[in-house]
Amino acid sequence: MLKILCVCGLGQGTSLILRMNVEQALGEKGVTADVEHIDVSAASSMDADYIFTSNELAESLQGHAGKIIVVNNYFDMNEINEAIDQNIEQ
Amino acid sequence: MKFLEKNLIALDVEVNSPEEAIRVAGGLLVSEELTEPRYVEAMLESYQKNGPYFVLAPQIALPHARPEDGVKEASASFVRLQKPIAFGSAANDPVQLVFALGASSSDEHLAMMKQLVMLLSNPVHVENLKTATSYEEIQKMIRRNE
Repeated sequence: MLKILCVCGLGQGTSLILRMNVEQALGEKGVTADVEHIDVSAASSMDADYIFTSNELAESLQGHAGKIIVVNNYFDMNEINEAIDQNIEQ
Repeated sequence: MKFLEKNLIALDVEVNSPEEAIRVAGGLLVSEELTEPRYVEAMLESYQKNGPYFVLAPQIALPHARPEDGVKEASASFVRLQKPIAFGSAANDPVQLVFALGASSSDEHLAMMKQLVMLLSNPVHVENLKTATSYEEIQKMIRRNE
């Protein structure tokens, strides 16, 4: 199964919001994936196929084996849907 | 859970820096005894350390810290800035709507975040938050949204 991390600075608020919306978008596309939300330092040592995060944190995740997907507006389902379509093979 | 209740909302507050905006929004949580004062310092430290990643949509910032930084109850406050302030977010500056989150480790945290997502995912709601002239207007919108 696809493993996806949603990453923010602390792993409490922002990444949880991103996870809710990524899960919703994946669900609507019929993609099954294991989606977790987590803070940026823990994320660097975790395996994942894809990492959703903000522009600001993407840099600190460079070098991670997973593909990094930047989302600018966490409430914009169109942006999240497009990011999934462009990056994740379905 | 205390979500955008009357004493947790301040409209058209004048601030001159992102730090000041975080202090005002966090201060509402402290004065309602939903977090300890040190929680506000933790929010500021996180901003310093991790940058403005919590500016997660145009004009919207959600500063927060960790449950162990002194959260007593899952909570969210709302401060509307009189003049928008740059937080340093390339995509989403300037910020006008600041929601300070008292992030608890309880199930209430998840429920609260869902409510916040429901509210802020709707552009009509966001527009209403920008233009509302009273707490009552905002409260009506939140009730309809529940």
